[in-house]
Amino acid sequence: MSLDLTSLTLRSPSGELLFAPLTLSVPLGDVVTVMGPSGVGKSTLLDAIGGHLTHGFGCSGSIKLNGREISTIPAETRQVGVMFQDAHLFPHLSVGDNLAFGLPSHIKGRAMRRSTVEAALKQAGLAGRYDDDSAALSGGQRARAALMRTLLAEPEAVLLDEPFSKLDSSLRDEIRHFTFSHIAARGIPALMVTHDEADAHVTRGRCIALKKPESD
Amino acid sequence: MNTDGRYLRLTVLSIVGFGLMLPIVLGFWQTGRAAFGLFPALGRDTLSLAPWRELVTLPGFGTSLKLTLVTGIGATVFSLLLATGFCAAVHSRITPGAGARMLTPFLAIPHAALAVGLAFVLAPSGWIARGLAPFVGWDRPPDLATVNDTWGLALIVGLMIKEVPFLLLVILSALTQIPVAKHVSAGRSLGYGRGVVWIKIIMPQVWPMIRLPVWVVLAYALSVVDVAMILGPSNPPTLAVAITRWFNAADPGQIMPASAGAILQVLIIALGIAVFVLGECLMRRVGRWWLRRGGRGLSTEPGLQLASVITVVLMAIGMLAMLSLLIWSLAWRWPFPQFLPESWSLRSWVNSSNGWQRALSNTVFLAITTTVLSVALAIAWLEGEDRARRGRAAWAEALIYLPLVIPQVGFLYGLNIAFLKIGISGDMTAVIWAQALFVFPYVMIALSDPWRALNRRTLDSAASLGAGPLKRLVKIKLPILLRPILTATAIGVAVSVAQYLPTLFMGAGRIATLTTEAVTLSSGSDRRVTGVYAALQTMLPLVAYLAAFLIPAFLHRNRRDLNGTIQT
Amino acid sequence: MKHLLIAALAFSFGTPALADWQQTLDEARGQTVYWNAWGGDERTNAFIAWVSDQTKAQYGVTIEQVKLSNTAEAVTRVISEKAAGRDQDGTIDMIWINGPNFLAMKEQGLLHGPFVTGLPNAQYLDLSPTSAASIDFTVPVEGMESPWRLAKFVFTYDSARVSAVPRTMADFVSWAADHPGGFTHPVPSNFMGATFLKQALIELAPDASVLQTPVNDAAYSVTTAPLWDWYEALRPNMWRDGKTFPENESIQQQMLNDGVVDISMSLDPASTAAAIAQGLLPETARVFVPEDGSIGNISFVAIPYNAAHAAGAEVVANFLIAPETQAHMQNIDVLGSFSVLDPSKLDAPALATFAALPASDALPTLESLGATLLEPHASWMTRLTEDWARRYTK
Repeated sequence: MSLDLTSLTLRSPSGELLFAPLTLSVPLGDVVTVMGPSGVGKSTLLDAIGGHLTHGFGCSGSIKLNGREISTIPAETRQVGVMFQDAHLFPHLSVGDNLAFGLPSHIKGRAMRRSTVEAALKQAGLAGRYDDDSAALSGGQRARAALMRTLLAEPEAVLLDEPFSKLDSSLRDEIRHFTFSHIAARGIPALMVTHDEADAHVTRGRCIALKKPESD
Repeated sequence: MNTDGRYLRLTVLSIVGFGLMLPIVLGFWQTGRAAFGLFPALGRDTLSLAPWRELVTLPGFGTSLKLTLVTGIGATVFSLLLATGFCAAVHSRITPGAGARMLTPFLAIPHAALAVGLAFVLAPSGWIARGLAPFVGWDRPPDLATVNDTWGLALIVGLMIKEVPFLLLVILSALTQIPVAKHVSAGRSLGYGRGVVWIKIIMPQVWPMIRLPVWVVLAYALSVVDVAMILGPSNPPTLAVAITRWFNAADPGQIMPASAGAILQVLIIALGIAVFVLGECLMRRVGRWWLRRGGRGLSTEPGLQLASVITVVLMAIGMLAMLSLLIWSLAWRWPFPQFLPESWSLRSWVNSSNGWQRALSNTVFLAITTTVLSVALAIAWLEGEDRARRGRAAWAEALIYLPLVIPQVGFLYGLNIAFLKIGISGDMTAVIWAQALFVFPYVMIALSDPWRALNRRTLDSAASLGAGPLKRLVKIKLPILLRPILTATAIGVAVSVAQYLPTLFMGAGRIATLTTEAVTLSSGSDRRVTGVYAALQTMLPLVAYLAAFLIPAFLHRNRRDLNGTIQT
Repeated sequence: MKHLLIAALAFSFGTPALADWQQTLDEARGQTVYWNAWGGDERTNAFIAWVSDQTKAQYGVTIEQVKLSNTAEAVTRVISEKAAGRDQDGTIDMIWINGPNFLAMKEQGLLHGPFVTGLPNAQYLDLSPTSAASIDFTVPVEGMESPWRLAKFVFTYDSARVSAVPRTMADFVSWAADHPGGFTHPVPSNFMGATFLKQALIELAPDASVLQTPVNDAAYSVTTAPLWDWYEALRPNMWRDGKTFPENESIQQQMLNDGVVDISMSLDPASTAAAIAQGLLPETARVFVPEDGSIGNISFVAIPYNAAHAAGAEVVANFLIAPETQAHMQNIDVLGSFSVLDPSKLDAPALATFAALPASDALPTLESLGATLLEPHASWMTRLTEDWARRYTK
């Protein structure tokens, strides 16, 4: 059981190959870090896995999550959680409703759903902030809320796109540990794109470098 | 290949194609036939150029043509200069949000109502003359052609009061995409004056973004009917008014030259746009030469001051015009040199209440239906683009602007015949349809930028949380975009309320709206009743704008990012 | 006695005309009549609303007034309906019409009828071939339009500001020289402006009788020559040097009220008194007519050939010429328009109703309005306005 990429290639709208065909397996509970120069298509790789490619990008090869081919199905059915640089909390929802947004439907009943969210808020150090405006949270609080929101949706894999790059350096360590410990606790595969060597170091996981193709 | 949202896009495209483009084509086809001698109902069925020969020999044709070009191009060029100058002078001091709020009343007020109010203010017997009377010693109105003057100056002023705020708003929103402050300080540190920085650095970047709206203003100014009827010269009037009169002349034969005139009106707009394109090319060459010369030209400051002063004066006159509508509607006797009415009364409101209540309910019904349909179509269009994860093709953008750059007189008469053939002329359906041709583009333009400005990652986040396209639309996009959607709705309401020719032609005159009644009454003797209709006509869009401002402010009162303290 | 009366009533209902009328009434019940009428006069609009209330209560016929800024709009609309092949179920049921618009519609075969003689109240009209109700601008009506109000050309001035008024049309030249900028007239493409020119033409023409026949080139140049000489002398002293003109008489009335000009004109002798009552003219406004009389005509209503509610329109046309309606209309507090009925055909109570109507200082009596001059043939008006446009629209 894992996230498996086989001979994955991506092409830009102009038809240019972004990087050499990629084959990679991320076992459960592992965090694999992807590094590489700007413009090599790191974020595009995550878009391809998460199902967020914009029109014109070409994707071939296979993406399997726990044995299930997901490259051809819409993003919302892939069960792949994503963390971007920004928290992207929904500005019209309260903190708690943001977390509840992704809560699966098998968690039934108003009280049950509410208590699930409250518990997650507590874990994120946001106890009692259910009804607050998400815009009122600090940067670190937003990052923790976003992670809890992603995890509450019960994803089978998580993608992290430079998740800590916008945080103050003082906060970065704390959020990093928070994030990786929670992902580890779920035992799901995670793929992280980053520029920051420190991110890769903390995960103690595998680190691969994307390269431009030799010649196209 | 991405097939997401293909059906949605096909549906939208066919509604736009058959619902919005086909009528315009049909209208032009009918008008074009009549322009070349084909009008079987009058027993004319041979192709000929006779209508064109008739057209050029109609009394005053040459003058009408000249007037149209002078007022249309003049109003557009002056509006553009003033808006640019004013922006350069005040840009550093106002935020786009505050600017938009300040300009809203001018954008909301229908052209016809403003024209009626302006006539009250500018006329020899109007407010300005009454204000001056005690000092100059006038006991009767001065014999000055301040409205309906043969040069069309009052018409130009009337158009400018509407168009300067519109262009200001367009320029302000374009400026949000340029680091203006940095460019200005960089330019000034190199020794260029404020105005020169604007001309040499800012405007060349802004122009591509405002080119289309400027063309819309130009096309409107070249073909406007209601404002020109109220403020323009009458003997002869501008070409668009003359064409409308010929269509309605006692001699039915004049429909043929009128149709030729309607087609000519299209050519005039094409010519006007060509002049602007040519001017743009010329400016680019001359401008480059001028830029390379490196002249510092510090003397633009007086020009900026002048532009600001004129803009402020124009806005003040516009405000007076709106106020005068209300005062006239509440006046009873108000003889000439008196600055305020001699006696006040609600009688004008009470006596005409049957009329205005019906006109008001028709207007509200039309505005709501047309706008809701247009907003729904615009959302469907934008959602289709989102689902396909692709931007808008140039041809689609052109399609949206098309109804705004073609003259209404050009195809409405022909369209009426087409509507008659399918049996819907003279009822609400026809009017809603005809109004939607003009409401939809404005709604679409107003909604497109905020819609696309919505962060794609926010939607990707929602998708990764398991939200499908419909849930993303209903639970994420629509609530976050509530303010721009309501603003687009208010714009739609304002455009619908202001429609004169489409309502008149398609409604067979049966569907009385505040605008058709106000224009009709402005040719009557009772300024007080005209004031009632024009005041109502002004209030309706203002209420819509107010609602667009208050509803999100209330619903999102606890959402700092959406409640208007920060503009989305 | 009673039986006799019932028998008589039964007999009269038995006549074909009245049986037909009953059929019309049945058909009309529940219909909405779209009456296209110039909407620039609020009193007329209010009167039409009153008519609607009456016909609704009495016959179940509702009237929707379609307010026009120019009657020709309605003609154009009927033509476009014909162009689109909509020969039934047209959008216009009735038009307030006369003169050239009537001529145009009659010539193009766009009218329903003849229907006037079928109206029960037509018994109160003088429909003899040469009567005012039978000839519209010398065009025989032939039952294609039904009269409803009397129009007579009058001038209005403010007696507080102007003491002497021109006594004849010729006098206007010297009057204008004494009052530069004090006179203007509506643009002749407007009906009132054209009527002003015709009024002058009738007085100045060497032989006014040719005006009753269709115009021809020779007669036109001879007959109008003195008119243009007169106009050339008048124009330089007119408001704005005779280069700009008000759109219609309503605007000119407003100009009189503002003191921009000293004289306005109207085809409704009661309009001045009514405007005073409405606060639209000063209390001192008065009416005058040229010594030799002024043009008079009758306003009609016509029904388009494709009217959806022709029966309802006929019921309304009939109601308009009922003696009670005409008396109500002649009341200065309502409309003040003189009746189109023939007094000799009215019974005593009806005559008494007319006699009891209120008076007003600004309301001229029928006698003080002087002689009624006949409208020239419609072709003269078309020719005259085109010629004026060619000369003065530059």
